[in-house]
Amino acid sequence: MADALIIGEITDGAPASATLEGIAAARRMGAGQVAVLLPGADAASAASAAIAGGADIVYTIVDGPAADGEFDALVDAAQAAVTLSGARYVIGAKTLTGRDVMPRLAFRLGTALASDCSVVSLDDSGRLIATRPVYGGNAEASVACLGSVAVASLRPKSVDALEPDTSRIGEVSPLAFEANVRTRVLERVEEAGEGVRLENARVVVSGGRGLGGPEPFDSLRELANMLGGAVGASRAACDAGWVPSGYQVGLTGKTVTPDLYIAVGISGASQHMAGCSNSRTLVAINKDAGANIFKEARFGVAGDWQKVLPAFMEQLHELMG
Amino acid sequence: MTLHIVVTAKQVLDPETPLSAFNVADNAVSTAGNIPPVVNGYDEQAVEAALRIKEAHGDAKVTVLSCGTDFALDVIKKPLAMGADELVLLQDAAFENSIDPTMAVAALTAAIRKLGDVDLVISGRQASDWDNAQVPLGVAESLGWAVATIGRKVDVQDGTVRVERVLPDGHETVEAPLPAVVTVSNELGTPRYPNMRGIMAARRVQPTVWTVADLDLDGTASPAFELVSLKKPERAVQTEMITGDDDADAGRKLALRLREERVL
Repeated sequence: MADALIIGEITDGAPASATLEGIAAARRMGAGQVAVLLPGADAASAASAAIAGGADIVYTIVDGPAADGEFDALVDAAQAAVTLSGARYVIGAKTLTGRDVMPRLAFRLGTALASDCSVVSLDDSGRLIATRPVYGGNAEASVACLGSVAVASLRPKSVDALEPDTSRIGEVSPLAFEANVRTRVLERVEEAGEGVRLENARVVVSGGRGLGGPEPFDSLRELANMLGGAVGASRAACDAGWVPSGYQVGLTGKTVTPDLYIAVGISGASQHMAGCSNSRTLVAINKDAGANIFKEARFGVAGDWQKVLPAFMEQLHELMG
Repeated sequence: MTLHIVVTAKQVLDPETPLSAFNVADNAVSTAGNIPPVVNGYDEQAVEAALRIKEAHGDAKVTVLSCGTDFALDVIKKPLAMGADELVLLQDAAFENSIDPTMAVAALTAAIRKLGDVDLVISGRQASDWDNAQVPLGVAESLGWAVATIGRKVDVQDGTVRVERVLPDGHETVEAPLPAVVTVSNELGTPRYPNMRGIMAARRVQPTVWTVADLDLDGTASPAFELVSLKKPERAVQTEMITGDDDADAGRKLALRLREERVL
């Protein structure tokens, strides 16, 4: 039995960072005993990292369609884990998998999902309070979850994981459940970009509508290379076909939290800011001095990027020797 | 047999509304002045996906379902002007636009059951107001249908639907048996503009209106949330604008300033 259940994921043989963040969120809000569902071939070995990260119980699934990441089976597994754990709080993450699995799980449990939360807490009567951006980030809503089970998904990177404590002891048990798969994956095509992954980059250089075409992204790539970073884009630049959709930073794209985010020719619509506003230092270069991005940036240059950027890079080159 | 596609379309505040005209007060969001509402952008892409299937399939009917309290008819008729065949409005004070998707899921599910012969539901991946991204998944769960999300290409053949899904670093093709629910994303492409003939035809169509009394809403789940607060997010950033003799000079100074602050 547990008070909270984290719907976890495994990446590269270990609990995903979003999963460790979910465990930390449950512990910090004082949920009590925390169970984690870990589906994946490496679940048995990943379980100890989950326990070190704050879990008391780990339910593992090491083979079958749920371990392979089939959404239908993952919903079935999550539902079985909720029943088995008796958890009152169910927390997932707004990852590729969580986006599908968490709402479906919530509806099966007779409730709905508090999705994309930046903060979760408990009020005096033990209700889960979830805070999340709405209206494309133009407003922020806090909701109290009603009913016997609360289901929430956390926006990745919005809370810190706990320091791993390898002395913690927990229980690991395989989860038995019935999977009913109807939507099947026929083919998966990876379009891996070159260089640093956008989500992990310490420096991100992003371009938007103001660049006017695909060619200027070469300059952005050059700058990103100088700084060991990655190139991102606003949705407008992706929709225009200037860069692949995998470059998109924003509400419906990737969430990045680099040390330095340089936005070039991006107006700073809330939709975009939702994906980069947690960057440590945000720098904006935009022709329009009234652009919203200048309300969110730490440093701004209101000017023509075609003149600002080459001089910036030249000076940078000099500084970096 | 006629392939019956339902598209769900929500009327929302125009998300392109400038931030300054965007008001948050008394736990509600509104826009200043007379900025008209729009059909949720991703839902227009859902209409586009349905029309492409109709063109490829030949014998198909596209019914648009919209749930709300009040409709601007010239706005919500846009899918008809684009080429959809029928419009059913689920209109009732009970269908208030709420952060809690429970009632919208129940109403859409009941309407799809009432239509009876639906093969495929296509929805936008999320609506630009609450950004919940869960009503289509809730409808699929309530109906017990298969589901595939965030499609950029949707094809129907031999009782199945094939969806090319957008992934963070690539794409995948999934297949599900009909009936099914599919959501689409902006990667599907720009929705077609209504032509004059479509606009004229849409004007003549009288939408069907169903209220709570027309729908079987027995067994609807109780509300999932209570809205505690709604506010504009606080922005704590102090912006420092870097200026110079000209744009190039400002660029150089930006690099020096970032070095000074040890950002670089």
